[in-house]
Amino acid sequence: MNETMSATRKIITSKVREMRLEVSITSVLIAIFLLFIIGNPQTFTKFDIYYSFMSTIPFSGILALALTFVIITGEIDLSFPSILGISAWVFSKTVELTDGNIWIATLLCFATGLIAGWFNGLIVVRIGIPSLVATIGTQFFFRGLVNVLAQGMGITLVPVKDTLLFKIFVGRIGGAVPAQIIWMFSLGIILSMILKRHRFGSHVFFVGDNRESARMMGIRVDRVRMTVFMMMGFFSALSGILSSLEVTYFWPTLGQGYLMRTLAAVFVGGTSVFGGMGTIYGSFIGALIIGSLEAGIIAIGLAGFWTQLVYGLIIIVAISIYTWLMKKE
Amino acid sequence: MYNPEDYLLVMDGIYKSFGEVEVLKNVNFRVGNNEIVGLVGDNGAGKSTLIKIITGVHRPDKGEIYFKGKKITYHSVELSRELGIETVYQERALGEQQTLWRNVFMGREITDRLGFLRINEEKKETEKILRKHLGFTSKAINVDSIVKSLSGGEKQGIAIGRALYFNAELIILDEPTMGLSLSETRKVLDFVLNIKKSGKSAIFISHNIYYVYPVADRFVILDRGQVAGEFLKKEISQDELVEKMVELARTGKMK
Ligand SMILES: Nc1ncnc2c1ncn2[C@@H]1O[C@H](COP(=O)(O)OP(=O)(O)OP(=O)(O)O)[C@@H](O)[C@H]1O
Ligand SMILES: [Mg+2]
Repeated sequence: MNETMSATRKIITSKVREMRLEVSITSVLIAIFLLFIIGNPQTFTKFDIYYSFMSTIPFSGILALALTFVIITGEIDLSFPSILGISAWVFSKTVELTDGNIWIATLLCFATGLIAGWFNGLIVVRIGIPSLVATIGTQFFFRGLVNVLAQGMGITLVPVKDTLLFKIFVGRIGGAVPAQIIWMFSLGIILSMILKRHRFGSHVFFVGDNRESARMMGIRVDRVRMTVFMMMGFFSALSGILSSLEVTYFWPTLGQGYLMRTLAAVFVGGTSVFGGMGTIYGSFIGALIIGSLEAGIIAIGLAGFWTQLVYGLIIIVAISIYTWLMKKE
Repeated sequence: MYNPEDYLLVMDGIYKSFGEVEVLKNVNFRVGNNEIVGLVGDNGAGKSTLIKIITGVHRPDKGEIYFKGKKITYHSVELSRELGIETVYQERALGEQQTLWRNVFMGREITDRLGFLRINEEKKETEKILRKHLGFTSKAINVDSIVKSLSGGEKQGIAIGRALYFNAELIILDEPTMGLSLSETRKVLDFVLNIKKSGKSAIFISHNIYYVYPVADRFVILDRGQVAGEFLKKEISQDELVEKMVELARTGKMK
């Protein structure tokens, strides 16, 4: 109403904010790859390393895409590596018991992921335990379930190796491009559309931004929170299928080690830890950055001991850039 | 009880507690057709709680609500909106990190059958609200602006513009002048007068009698969860109303 100030005041628009974030995260990615190429041109000008990235990054990359929704809603889920484990166990056990019926196994696997996510949602939304605490609990619980059920034993997935679904999940397109990267890419586009252009995405932003306001404006806050946990469960199951099929073997430890890199991908991607802000594009690029760092650092000749240090440094630098950008607002 | 047929809104024997705290005790409240009701009372009297019951945010523990003569049995924000009740909440209810266009349609997005937003349409309508309803002329503020970077008055403007846009029968303004400059307040009061002129009704909540008095037709004083008094504007002068409020605050009673 009073507009006398607005000539001199800076009004932030969503376009400017998104541009800044996208430009800076993309620059970080480009800078890292330039570093790799300069550091080890032999490796980084050949297809092999990219092939290796494309086959491994999607496992935590897909998790990062789903986790973005959870974090924008103002929640957190630390249990997804364990959900991945338990749903992959259901998948593999079903394959074993049905003599390789991958369709039923897939169906049951997704059902397990959804139920596990629903269980998280139940504890957080209905009982009211903060998600950080609740999912620390369920993370142990689901992993414990895997341990009890699997009894420390792995399960071979070789029987499904020649099925159509196997090729759809982790086949090699044109003999060269791993199907999982296509999954990650397509899901990235679909989830980005949902977040930015769908009613559900709008509600996710508002619930994370101000839960009470969202409720007063008629958004079904509890349903939105429940849905993001179930989404997380669903995509953990998908990642479980992909990662176990890739090596045609189920390990009871499957999913362990994904927690930190997935969280790092989302935060390096510029999603706000306070909720209400974030993009799928950011998490996608974040996953590429985090996923290529480890191999890249070793490839440019730094000893393995250096990996974590450089890794940590890059994460800190990236996140500092966004924080600085936001402060400028 | 008042005859629900004769009023836009009738609330009868409303009780509401939060845990142990009894916030509303047997409140009877009504809003006539084309009437502006000034709802006044001290901090914590229960004004906001009463209006959140009207808008479906809270469910009353006991009591009946009628809108346009029809009894409301199901309480939800969606229903109250469908009935034509729009609210500017004391808390403003805006998503600070979101754009203006998203905020205007928050919770009632314009979508296609699959639930995808009709973004261009939402932006166009938001533009109309900014320029026509609110008279924002500055180019710096546009539909893509993030709420956070607006001034308090501008934010309030968005909350009010949003409520007026949807063509409600009853518009509720809970402390809409809080934190506003004098000229901004003037504008808000003009909005309220316009509501009256356009034949609609409103509930106007404010601590400041000097704002409420000129625009309201009737005053309801809420005190510690109960209606302590009700006056038509023609029955009472501004000074008398202030006097009664002061006395109520001092002695807990009103003559
Ligand atoms: N959601 C809630 N949970 C618990 N107590 C609440 C809740 N909402 C309101 N209260 C309490 O109910 C009482 C009445 O609050 P309310 O906001 O309705 O008062 P008010 O008349 O609007 O006051 P103000 O003029 O300060 O806005 C207060 O004691 C408040 O602390
Ligand atoms: Mg209040």
